[in-house]
Amino acid sequence: MALDEAAVRRIALLARIALSDAEIDTLQGDLNGILGMIETMQAVDTRGIEPMAHTVDMHARLRADEVTETDRHVEFQALSGQTEDGLYLVPRVIE
Amino acid sequence: MDWEIVIGLETHAQLSTHSKMFSGASTAFGAPPNAQACAIDIALPGVLPVINRAAVDRAVRFALAVGGQISPRSVFARKNYFYPDLPKGYQISQYEVPVVVGGSIRIETAAGVKIVQLTRAHLEEDAGKSLHEDFHGATGIDLNRAGTPLLEIVTEPQMSSADEAVAYARTLHALVRWIDVCDGNMQEGSFRCDANVSVRRRGDKRLGTRCEIKNLNSFRFLDQAIRHEATRQIELIESGGRVVQETRLYDPDRGETRPMRSKEDAHDYRYFPDPDLPPLVIDAAWVEQVRAALPELPVARRDRYEREWALSGYDAATLTQSREMADYFEQVVAAVGGAAQAKLVANWVSGELAAALNRDTLEMSDSRVSALALGGLLGRVIDGTISGKIAKEVFDAMWSAGAVESAAADRIIADKGLRQISDSGALEAIIADILRANPGQVAEVRAGKEKAFNFLVGQAMKATRGKGNPAAINTLLRKALAD
Repeated sequence: MALDEAAVRRIALLARIALSDAEIDTLQGDLNGILGMIETMQAVDTRGIEPMAHTVDMHARLRADEVTETDRHVEFQALSGQTEDGLYLVPRVIE
Repeated sequence: MDWEIVIGLETHAQLSTHSKMFSGASTAFGAPPNAQACAIDIALPGVLPVINRAAVDRAVRFALAVGGQISPRSVFARKNYFYPDLPKGYQISQYEVPVVVGGSIRIETAAGVKIVQLTRAHLEEDAGKSLHEDFHGATGIDLNRAGTPLLEIVTEPQMSSADEAVAYARTLHALVRWIDVCDGNMQEGSFRCDANVSVRRRGDKRLGTRCEIKNLNSFRFLDQAIRHEATRQIELIESGGRVVQETRLYDPDRGETRPMRSKEDAHDYRYFPDPDLPPLVIDAAWVEQVRAALPELPVARRDRYEREWALSGYDAATLTQSREMADYFEQVVAAVGGAAQAKLVANWVSGELAAALNRDTLEMSDSRVSALALGGLLGRVIDGTISGKIAKEVFDAMWSAGAVESAAADRIIADKGLRQISDSGALEAIIADILRANPGQVAEVRAGKEKAFNFLVGQAMKATRGKGNPAAINTLLRKALAD
């Protein structure tokens, strides 16, 4: 499997990463290199081995259902570009 | 042309936890904007999600209630998309291995009983809210809802009419409230449905191209949206067009569905297991603990009312619409001495009481007459102190004043002098007066006209202002006429 230029542009769009034509060219090579390596790894016989969902073989820690957080929106919103009436403001989006 | 409609539903039930799916922020409704959005919910760098045990508990409860399989090891995945109300740029959901697989819901429509198979139910977090009112051309973002736990319940494409879809949604709604996993408040968005609708020519084995109608937050809109969408697709195909797979919104004001203005890319979610969350493990001991605490389910109660208490299917279904109603009903039955009076209690709970609640738009839990008080009232009907008709008057008085104790009815009966007159001497004197005053009717009864007899009974009831014991009046009147 190899990615063509259009596929690289599409992935960049999905990830909201702006790339120049030169970068697209470099990344196309890099990504295809990675895919090539994965293809090599496909040769390993993995029959009967359950796929892992996580790199570490452990299970999730759970927490009790308790409210432990307080209202800190003023501090958080100090980091934000634009706010009003406690709301974060963003460029208009309409569905 | 004969068309068949195929519907599958995806329902988002907000789980009734105090805190969020992955953070300790409150889930309470109605807080000021962003007052309940903590560092995890707004995705500040370096934060880590930790799973809320109570959300998993509710998913297990749901699985047991619908006979689904609980995955001993399920996986959380990132669903990637960009939208301002989703601060992380992905929603934590479950994809390949959901927490619940399969299960079914039994529904009833005018067309009969049907079992709707569930595909799966998975845990995920809700997004925030975008407010499009005027903020100088900007959109306001409130992230209080971001991270609220949801159980998304997905059916197989098995329903074939808007009626079936609504029956399913109503049954599911009643069930999640019954087992206390979701408060079911549709106005607040705690229970909302997406409908996948397609049409095909009857007999066709292949499914048609489907459209998904998003965010239907009332049963009425669900019904209307499906009808409009099915009609739109049929007309489109019949006029030579082709249905395009897309997401649509229902506009109740215009009575139509229209495409959402999202780009097609919005559906390329690039799911992958969330590296921040190792698999969720649910062992058998946990499942057994949840099973032990599970309340008797509506279907089981319904069967029990029919089988053991000889109620009609209709009565049993009405009384098991909510757990509060069924519990109330059983408390009244216990208060009046058990199964023998179940039918009388059923009539009162689904009749007078339900009507009064409805009239004052109150929930069962806010009833102005307690189960104990209604039991006290019905006890007086059973022992003949008052007639059923007078009991309604007493009930109204109890409802207006509010009645908690079992003696509430007795006080009203005594205060208003409503005790039934069963004393033969008193009734005989009244009957004698009536016979004297109505010689024409008396002659008619003697000539065999039953209608005239009923008239005389009515006169006697009127003379006692409704307090005469109808059975005693009947007997004594017959006796007097025979003399």
